[in-house]
Amino acid sequence: MQNPVIKYFLMFVTLVAVQVLFLNQIQFSGYINPYIYVLFIMLLPLNAPRYAVLLLSFLIGISIDIFSNTLGIHSFASVFIAYLRPAVIRVITNREEDMSEYPGLAQTGILWFLSYTTIMVGIHHLVLFYIEVFTLNNFFDTFLRAILSSLFSIFVIVLSQFIVFRD
Amino acid sequence: MRSLLRLLIKNYPFLLFLLLEVISVVFIVNYNSFQRASFLNSSNAVSASIYSWYSGVVQYFRLAKVNSDLTAENADLRNKIDQLEISHMDSVSPVFNNDSTFHYIAARVINNSVNKQQNYITLNKGRKDGVKPDQGIISSKGVIGIITNVSESYSMGLTILNPRWSVSAKLKKSGYYGSLAWNGLDYKRVVLNEIPFHVQLTQGDTVVTSGYSSVFPEGILIGTVETLSRPEGENYYQIQVLLSADFKSVTHVEIIENSKIDEIRNLKRETENAESGN
Repeated sequence: MQNPVIKYFLMFVTLVAVQVLFLNQIQFSGYINPYIYVLFIMLLPLNAPRYAVLLLSFLIGISIDIFSNTLGIHSFASVFIAYLRPAVIRVITNREEDMSEYPGLAQTGILWFLSYTTIMVGIHHLVLFYIEVFTLNNFFDTFLRAILSSLFSIFVIVLSQFIVFRD
Repeated sequence: MRSLLRLLIKNYPFLLFLLLEVISVVFIVNYNSFQRASFLNSSNAVSASIYSWYSGVVQYFRLAKVNSDLTAENADLRNKIDQLEISHMDSVSPVFNNDSTFHYIAARVINNSVNKQQNYITLNKGRKDGVKPDQGIISSKGVIGIITNVSESYSMGLTILNPRWSVSAKLKKSGYYGSLAWNGLDYKRVVLNEIPFHVQLTQGDTVVTSGYSSVFPEGILIGTVETLSRPEGENYYQIQVLLSADFKSVTHVEIIENSKIDEIRNLKRETENAESGN
């Protein structure tokens, strides 16, 4: 897994497959729908050109959309967090810290990675769930679903850092 | 001119961001027209064959349940045959109602969801099996949904658990009909609207299809009345219906083909044209 292109390609395929074949099928209740493909956007190299991050995020969003018949919804939320990503990283990083290229848990430390995951997943899920219902009716119901799903996604993403995607 | 160009180049991430978001919004807003392009939904060749392969694996774990459902349905059908035989032996009714308007195509569910705000179902039968858009989908336990997109060997439909579709339903006991729609909250419950206050109603009343929509034959089970209330200042009951079909575990369905649907549509069109002509 030396070649980054192959590495990210495998990560893309794995995350889309896990999302559409497993997480979209488990259906705990109407309230918990985790979306862990956000991890792909999070783990793109920090020095990657911004157009590449935006386009790849659009690509993974639209792939999820095609499989779950929600055209446009996931791509919107993905591009949204991809655009905010540099700002999020700036906010949670101290000046003195030397950031490695690859923002995995092992490289960045548990606290940094946890706040990074929380902010990215939280924004992504809020945008996603409000776009999905496309209304502000039942505002708190949607809010609750977004928060509960975020908690679950954050848990799975952090857990995944201990098992796979370590390098 | 050069400074404008420099400004654009400097802000290209923002412009690209705007462009991609606009594309997404166009997708969301024009949802239905893009859905018709069948390569952009789950009945396209790649995603449908992945789902098909996957459901083939997962299906084994559900075989016990499927078997018991099929056995129950068999028993039910056998009972009906017996009753029919008895009634024909008596031969009291000289007119044998040979109603072959509806034909059934058995299909397997290869993808399905209940936890979204818009839920869809993907089936392993397509155009070559005679499936067309606007055909109804039922399971042995009740109404499931309606076909919206068909590719060569797969098809996709909306389920009742999708606010984009509502089904015409009636109370079996009194015959009053209304429209049944999902409110997006619970995958086991839907809401029956437009039943006026003067209708006698109790909990547990059966709700069936009305047969007015020409998609479903009359009298297919949908569910039972669970709770009902009379909201102040309105003329209609608020009725919650407990669905009889379990959308979480549905694996085998039948697609209903109405062989006379073109005739019905033509008739409707002629009537409307005649009215507008006068």
